[in-house]
Amino acid sequence: METPFAITLPVGTSRANHTGSWRVERPVYLHRLPPCNNACPAGENIQGWLYHAEAGEYESAWRTLVEDNPLPAIMGRVCFHPCESACNRVQVDEAVGINAVERFLGDVALEKGWALPGPGPETGRRVLVVGSGPAGLSATYHLRRAGHAVTLVDGAAQLGGMMRYGIPAYRLPRVVLDGEIERILALGVQVRLDHRVEDVAAEREAGAYDAVFMAVGAQIGRRVSVPAGDSARIVDAVNFLHAVADEDPPLLGRRVVVYGGGDTAFDAARTAKRLGASDAVIVYRRNREKMPAHGEEFEQALGEGVTMRWLSTISSFEGERLVVEKMALNEGGFPEPTGEFEELDADALVLALGQDTDLSLVAEHPEISVEGGVVSVADNLMTGLAGVFAGGDATPADRTATVAVGHGKRAARGIDDYLAGRESVTAPKHELADFSKLNTWYYADAPRQRRPELERVRRQGTFDEVILGLTEQNALFEARRCMSCGNCFGCDNCFGVCPDNAVMKIADGEYEFNYDFCKGCGICVAECPCGAIEMVPERI
Amino acid sequence: MTRVPIRFYQVGSFAVGNRLLEDEDRTVQSDPQRTNSIDSGHRACQGCGEALGARYALDAAMRATNGQLAVVNATGCLEVFSTPYPETSWRIAWLHSLFGNAPAVATGVAAALRVKGRDVRVIGQAGDGGTVDIGFGALSGMFERNDDVLFICYDNEGYMNTGVQRSAATPPAARTATTDAVGPEPGNVFGQGKDLPRIAMAHDVGYVATATVADLHDLEAKVERAMSLRGARYLHILVPCPLGWGSASSDTINLARLAAESGIFPVFEAEHGVVTSVTPIRRRVRVEEYLKRQKRYAHLFGTQPRLEVIARLQALADANIARYGLVNDETTNATLED
Ligand SMILES: Cc1ncc(C[n+]2csc(CCOP(=O)(O)OP(=O)(O)O)c2C)c(N)n1
Ligand code: SF4
Ligand code: SF4
Ligand code: SF4
Ligand SMILES: [Mg+2]
Repeated sequence: METPFAITLPVGTSRANHTGSWRVERPVYLHRLPPCNNACPAGENIQGWLYHAEAGEYESAWRTLVEDNPLPAIMGRVCFHPCESACNRVQVDEAVGINAVERFLGDVALEKGWALPGPGPETGRRVLVVGSGPAGLSATYHLRRAGHAVTLVDGAAQLGGMMRYGIPAYRLPRVVLDGEIERILALGVQVRLDHRVEDVAAEREAGAYDAVFMAVGAQIGRRVSVPAGDSARIVDAVNFLHAVADEDPPLLGRRVVVYGGGDTAFDAARTAKRLGASDAVIVYRRNREKMPAHGEEFEQALGEGVTMRWLSTISSFEGERLVVEKMALNEGGFPEPTGEFEELDADALVLALGQDTDLSLVAEHPEISVEGGVVSVADNLMTGLAGVFAGGDATPADRTATVAVGHGKRAARGIDDYLAGRESVTAPKHELADFSKLNTWYYADAPRQRRPELERVRRQGTFDEVILGLTEQNALFEARRCMSCGNCFGCDNCFGVCPDNAVMKIADGEYEFNYDFCKGCGICVAECPCGAIEMVPERI
Repeated sequence: MTRVPIRFYQVGSFAVGNRLLEDEDRTVQSDPQRTNSIDSGHRACQGCGEALGARYALDAAMRATNGQLAVVNATGCLEVFSTPYPETSWRIAWLHSLFGNAPAVATGVAAALRVKGRDVRVIGQAGDGGTVDIGFGALSGMFERNDDVLFICYDNEGYMNTGVQRSAATPPAARTATTDAVGPEPGNVFGQGKDLPRIAMAHDVGYVATATVADLHDLEAKVERAMSLRGARYLHILVPCPLGWGSASSDTINLARLAAESGIFPVFEAEHGVVTSVTPIRRRVRVEEYLKRQKRYAHLFGTQPRLEVIARLQALADANIARYGLVNDETTNATLED
């Protein structure tokens, strides 16, 4: 046997020894559903777009975002971000500022003039969308992407629904609203304004539409009877905000009382302040814990000088004297009258007691069932009348713009299925990437970046935007706080920690197991920061 | 030596790599071209910390020396599981002689290479038994002569290869095959054993450091620092052993982390007998968090926990924290979850 110097035995590499045969469990890469994605009513792939944003690739981030939601600059301002409440990072330090990054991306897109993905190949099918609020616009976008022709009608003079006529400009500047609407119209949409649909089926037939999506919103302010003198000035919040949006604000005087505890009550009070009211008082019959308005709205309003009168109802409004009765919560948490009265000076009373939907367009069609003032729909948002779909505030769901955007997407999918004669199936969700799946040791400690706010004094008389955007640097930092729950972000840990070199790195963020040598120890699973690997039993 | 922490990149400097980092801020291990000094197919147990620690250290040394490296290995698991005839897992120049003589052989190899005029650097390596017990005389000589060798001890706290017997690096209270968990002082006794990093410092060698397989950036930086120096140097790496410690194979890195975060295993570096830097505890945990995950300490828990023994072990951790100043302003108190 010929051997080199000092080598007396022929040697072979240990790679001949396939230690993979020791294994009883094998590691596998997987995608889990991040809690933020799970909580987003618009069904955004938040973790997915943050992944691009954290690399500074803002355009691909925005493109991933608008796969689901064509209105990020709007959502980045008006959404109450349930994603952030669900974010796993809450348990490490503070939630990722998802909404602020979303707005940053939305603003960059408007600034750079990025266009939405183009319409799909024309199918020749025609869909009528009734109502141009967030649900109608979102449906329009998704229907165009599927190649269906869309006619978008609205009873108002301008598009946007409650985003224009309900949400004040200091929360949503009109250039942003117009910018994102125009981008959808650029996909080729027939628009009819100032057009009220009287009967949905008749309209469908007249226009030979293959399907209809009703997103008519909830635009009728609920009234209560308050005994009032002739001179008492009472308006409802919906009409008030609508008139302000039309730049024709009613005169309310210096002392304005708003009745209600929802977000609209706060919008009305903050708007009244901006119109010159010295006092804006919100009268609400329950307490803060029971109040439906979102915390941020509340804090902002207090900061602007709006005051609260908790546990009170209004009993009468005569002359300039408004009488409130104090309430007490009973054991069930419901307010009960106490018989104690107080007087407030008031020039005007704004009622913000909830909104109802005008469903006269379905009145002639008993197949479309209406329960509790809203239209009943199936999972794909189809009503009882084949081909007629409904979504947004006119259906049973939380009444937020983001829910409406999600409905628009769902309805578009439902309509697409209906037009193709397909059964609508909901794709099964991935398993949730809850906190227990993470190894948070690896995430750097990083405090959240705050959005700057407009100085208080400058808010008084103007409708300038109150919450300002993040700088690029802060948005990048914030995006990088994302822990990428349930989805690999290319940290190289699995590749590094395997004692058997059984993880192969193909490229940054791309790995494969070499099952010839993986002994199934599970270290890679334990040390993956984000829970993107699981152990599964081998079939033995 | 001070290392500049990497600015915030999602995982900062904790993870192995990260697509967002510049190459020079990533570890050697994140590089698909790393040496893989010890190759797949070795017969180490599932989740072996020693196999991992050896690859971490030697790959870093290979990069630091541009591949001009020879390694001398004492008998022990690392040698046995890597070279069963006729196979070898070593992809580097590697030499084995005996259990007790690795430091002396390494000295000889370094001398021979110097005579031949070759600038090939030398590492000697052994388990804790080969280092603190049978190899100790040879190692002390190597230190005293200031031979140009980096000696690495892979400390799994016992003679693992021959069936988990006690070594002078086995911690108090741990059960091994020779320190049964019976009697009034169950497990290994308190007050014995050797603290080799401090003994090495007492030899006044140029560089002494400790590290664990849980902090790769730290470990690699220490290897790199060591290879930038000449003369006798010593690196002591804690490498959990699932078999000998009775721990889950998936828990290897976690246990190394808990050892450091509890203060049980102080991570520091010293030059010429003086501590020059410590790796502060980030999220301090009580020793129970570390102990309860290992069957070698099972006798301390259960229905009648031996609280006084646990308290003595906590006192040892606290003494380390005080001696090396392991807690700083940024240390938080945490109890890492299961
Ligand atoms: C002179 C001599 N005595 C005893 C042995 C048997 N032996 C081989 S490895 C070993 C223990 C090694 O322990 P350690 O150095 O800590 O390495 P580990 O196996 O734990 O990694 C022993 C006792 C031997 N090979 N040579
Ligand atoms: S850390 Fe990122 S992926 Fe995880 S929940 Fe928060 S935003 Fe979503
Ligand atoms: S760390 Fe390596 S050996 Fe262990 S399970 Fe993962 S791939 Fe397999
Ligand atoms: S350990 Fe890192 S690289 Fe590996 S799967 Fe998890 S996130 Fe991706
Ligand atoms: Mg040992």
